[in-house]
Amino acid sequence: MFDVQRWRPGPLLPRRDARDGALVFVVSVLCFLACLTAIGALAANRAAQGWTSQLSDSATVVIQPHGAESPDTAAARAAEALAGVKGVTEARALEKEKAEALLEPWLGREALLDDLPVPRLVAVELDPKAPAKAGDLDRALKAAGVQATVDDHSVWIADIRHAAGVARWFALSVCLLIIAAAAAVIGFATRAGLAAHRDVIEVLHLSGAETGFVARLFQSRFATAAGLAGLFGAGSAAAIAALARLAGGGQGLSPVLPLAWIDLLALLPAPLMAALTAAVAARLSAAAILREMG
Amino acid sequence: MSTNPDAFPTDEVAGPVLRFAGVGMRYGRSPEVLKDVTFDLAPGSFHFLTGASGAGKSSLLKLIYMAEQASRGRIELFGRDIEAVAAADRPFLRRRIGVVFQEFRLLEHLSAFDNCALPLRIAGGKPDQYRGDVAELLNWVGLRSRMHALPATLSGGEKQRLAIARAVVGRPDILLADEPTGNVDQGHALRILRLFVELNRLGTTVLIATHDEDLVARSGKPVLHLDNGRLRHYGRGAGQ
Repeated sequence: MFDVQRWRPGPLLPRRDARDGALVFVVSVLCFLACLTAIGALAANRAAQGWTSQLSDSATVVIQPHGAESPDTAAARAAEALAGVKGVTEARALEKEKAEALLEPWLGREALLDDLPVPRLVAVELDPKAPAKAGDLDRALKAAGVQATVDDHSVWIADIRHAAGVARWFALSVCLLIIAAAAAVIGFATRAGLAAHRDVIEVLHLSGAETGFVARLFQSRFATAAGLAGLFGAGSAAAIAALARLAGGGQGLSPVLPLAWIDLLALLPAPLMAALTAAVAARLSAAAILREMG
Repeated sequence: MSTNPDAFPTDEVAGPVLRFAGVGMRYGRSPEVLKDVTFDLAPGSFHFLTGASGAGKSSLLKLIYMAEQASRGRIELFGRDIEAVAAADRPFLRRRIGVVFQEFRLLEHLSAFDNCALPLRIAGGKPDQYRGDVAELLNWVGLRSRMHALPATLSGGEKQRLAIARAVVGRPDILLADEPTGNVDQGHALRILRLFVELNRLGTTVLIATHDEDLVARSGKPVLHLDNGRLRHYGRGAGQ
């Protein structure tokens, strides 16, 4: 009986062997690391944005009471005056206990004597879209006859912005470095895989195969293997990130490194990039080997 | 630069199919393995290439099928200087050359049928188009019952015949064979020789490298003899 399967042409490349398994493993691990770093970079970026926005959306006013007016009364008047300034969403006088609580870490409970002149503070929340300037707050306080110092956190913000920028660039650099290393290793592994099939390439070449014909064979083979490996790596990284997100609760992994579900979308291109890198490496390597063969 | 398969039409050659003019060849910086080799092969001719081991027979064949480059001199194939042929056009030139390698170079993961059909597949042939021809050829070389066997399961003689079938399946204009009877007994050697003679009668130019003096003598075909890289003489086998 005629058996169609027996007459179907066999694949020109040998079926996958242990060397392909090694390629898949190495690419999986590198994709996994690259994806984790990418998620870390996104989280660091989000944390840096959070730090600066928290500081730039608020100001602190230190009340300096004078005359017979009590510090509490001066603080209440200041809060009332500041609440009416355009660009301020809320101004709240902090009670003495809260001010003492803020000082406690530096002075200790014993040092907070009743007669120690603890300054009264007014916490001012600014409109994030059009925040009031320090000068606006100063003018409003002067108009209300309150002696006070306005701290708009500008010194802090500059430092935090600088630190956030450093953290952002550091995370991005590490991520790019790992992606570049992953691409290089995929390239090397593909070349090694191709060199292992040099005998097959030689026979095809001497039988009149064009460069494109040979390159296409290896291109699809290695692109499939690397794409699959990229899928494993990215999938594993996504699973770990998802677990961290679930374990971290509402704030992501932690307030310091906040993760968002949307960050996982950044991992989608990983398998495609791995496949593309392998395809390009296979094509270039096959062309180089054929050039060597003449 | 031409990348058209028709860049090398098969009916273009009026002069020799192959011409070597003062050809020298060395591997890297080692001494020359071929020195001032000059000869012509007319279309449809049949020659043996003889010489002791290391005389340069395989190197000469490699120059013809463009696996190596000459270090000096000029080689013309089908009237074209092969050094001047663009890299993109070389595959089409190679398809007109059938090669029986000394070590067979069969693809171990492919069946005998697929190994034999390889040149046709590379040239863009579809299985429906070549299936009958390949089966007929394998039948002709005595491998009818081994068509779906992998090379690892074939005997030395069967591998030899499969390598020959692969070399001739594309109806090449020139057939090169490197020690094609090196792994077979006398009976098989004569069968292989008859196969080459049949192909030659169909118009294929044949050049066989061998150190089997008995086979050369029985054939009566012209001989190119290499001695330490130099072509010593054109002659004839004792049979003619």
